[in-house]
Amino acid sequence: MTVTNAVLQGVFLGAFYAVLACGLSIMFGVMRIINLAHGDVAVLGAYIVYVIVERTGVPAFVAFAVALPVMVLLGYVLQLTVLERSLKSGILTPLLATFGLSIVIQNLLQLVFSPDVRSLGGSAGSVTTASWQVTSGLSVSALGLLVLVVAVLLFAALQLFLSKTRAGWIMRATAEDADAAELAGIDSRSVYARATAIAVGIAALGGLFLGIRSVFDPVSGPTQLIFAFETVVIGGMGSLWGTLLGGIALGVAQTVGAQIHPQFAVMAGHLLFLAVLIVRFGGGRLVLRTA
Amino acid sequence: MTLLQVEALDCRYGLLQAVRGVSFDIAQGETLALIGANGAGKTTLLRAIAGAHRPATGRVWFAGADITHVPAHRRVELGIALVSEGRRLFPSLTVEENLRVASARRRGRWNVDTVLDVFPLLKPRRHMPAATLSGGEQQAVAIGRALMSNPRLLLLDEVSLGLAPVVVDAVYRSLGDVIGEGATVLLVEQDLTRALQVAGRVVCMLEGRVVLQGEAASLDRDRVVSAYFGLRRPA
Repeated sequence: MTVTNAVLQGVFLGAFYAVLACGLSIMFGVMRIINLAHGDVAVLGAYIVYVIVERTGVPAFVAFAVALPVMVLLGYVLQLTVLERSLKSGILTPLLATFGLSIVIQNLLQLVFSPDVRSLGGSAGSVTTASWQVTSGLSVSALGLLVLVVAVLLFAALQLFLSKTRAGWIMRATAEDADAAELAGIDSRSVYARATAIAVGIAALGGLFLGIRSVFDPVSGPTQLIFAFETVVIGGMGSLWGTLLGGIALGVAQTVGAQIHPQFAVMAGHLLFLAVLIVRFGGGRLVLRTA
Repeated sequence: MTLLQVEALDCRYGLLQAVRGVSFDIAQGETLALIGANGAGKTTLLRAIAGAHRPATGRVWFAGADITHVPAHRRVELGIALVSEGRRLFPSLTVEENLRVASARRRGRWNVDTVLDVFPLLKPRRHMPAATLSGGEQQAVAIGRALMSNPRLLLLDEVSLGLAPVVVDAVYRSLGDVIGEGATVLLVEQDLTRALQVAGRVVCMLEGRVVLQGEAASLDRDRVVSAYFGLRRPA
């Protein structure tokens, strides 16, 4: 039963990774930007929720409803002011720009909040502690289930948006061929800004779950970025449902790895990530390029 | 009335100068063919008119306004639509979605239904991804997408490229309907005979310059051919 339980907990953990990775996947899929500040943006979202909770005493979920529009607006402005300019000068500049942004966010958070560790767990109500014992070795936590349900709803909503609405078609058209989209009368700048706004909003949701599940501090971002990045790669770059499945695969690998040895948890995830990289991009063989 | 005026336009790709001091204009309702060998600068000129290529110097006027610095998507709203070389559809979108993403700010007779009426071959393909269409069907979607914005000026870049002759005939028959309704058309065409048939006026480019222009009816074929290949420069 311990393995079954480990797999189940892995699915819950993986749903969290999928939420974290979703925004990363959108930005890569639409603009080919690898946002190295994505983890820090999620942590920034967690801090904004934390501040609202501290000041007003409302539950974390209510505070998130207030933080979300702030983060969405931030994403929109970020694209128009920083990323849009970096996109014009080649493929490496956005990477550098988001790397710089990552450092800026971390240091701003250090400055304002000190390096103390915080958590949103205490302000999220009974959902953090409630669980159901299915059998003796199998338990379902309310929080795990909540994250899984939210993740599935989120990906379903994005799927509907991209396949059923004109705004979604426009986003896919711009992702596939921005030049042709411009010639069809689509303002690609505004489409990009919307995509980043959505990505940053979803990153904030990931930050909320991070804060409720465990703890965060100003430099938590890069670790979250690594898990999110592995999720995107395992799931197939820029593929939406692949990202959800990739997150779950990573989560399961980590919890099953932890059954082998507690210290092996994160390493098991890394090994899965490497295996996927080798199989997908090496044609089944480990290819070492000389040129 | 002059609809489009191109004034001393220079276009560069880095050190390569693709268009050199080109000037010409198109009157409302006119059909003008741009001809010339590969690399003569026709596609670049069309992209500069559509706003997809920023010219180094020179001006583009449309309906009396200077649009040299207007971005491509705004020019679509003003009424300029380009059918790109190679069709450039959005492969994962269906035929209908490809049509409906195009700007619909301008009112006019074109919508999904009227486009499908002009290209009946697309009707059974309406809900299929563009990637699954044949070349001729894709070309019809590309033209349809341009029409969806109800353009005053339609720019067509090599619409017959890579298509079977029967399909080319069908595409041009449909275009005939569009042109017949008073649209202003600037088309790039490799097929000289067809260009001279469809267009009222012809502009021939060679190495980025206009080397010959005139009424299609008044130009004799030998002069066009020698301008086309640069055999001897016409005075």
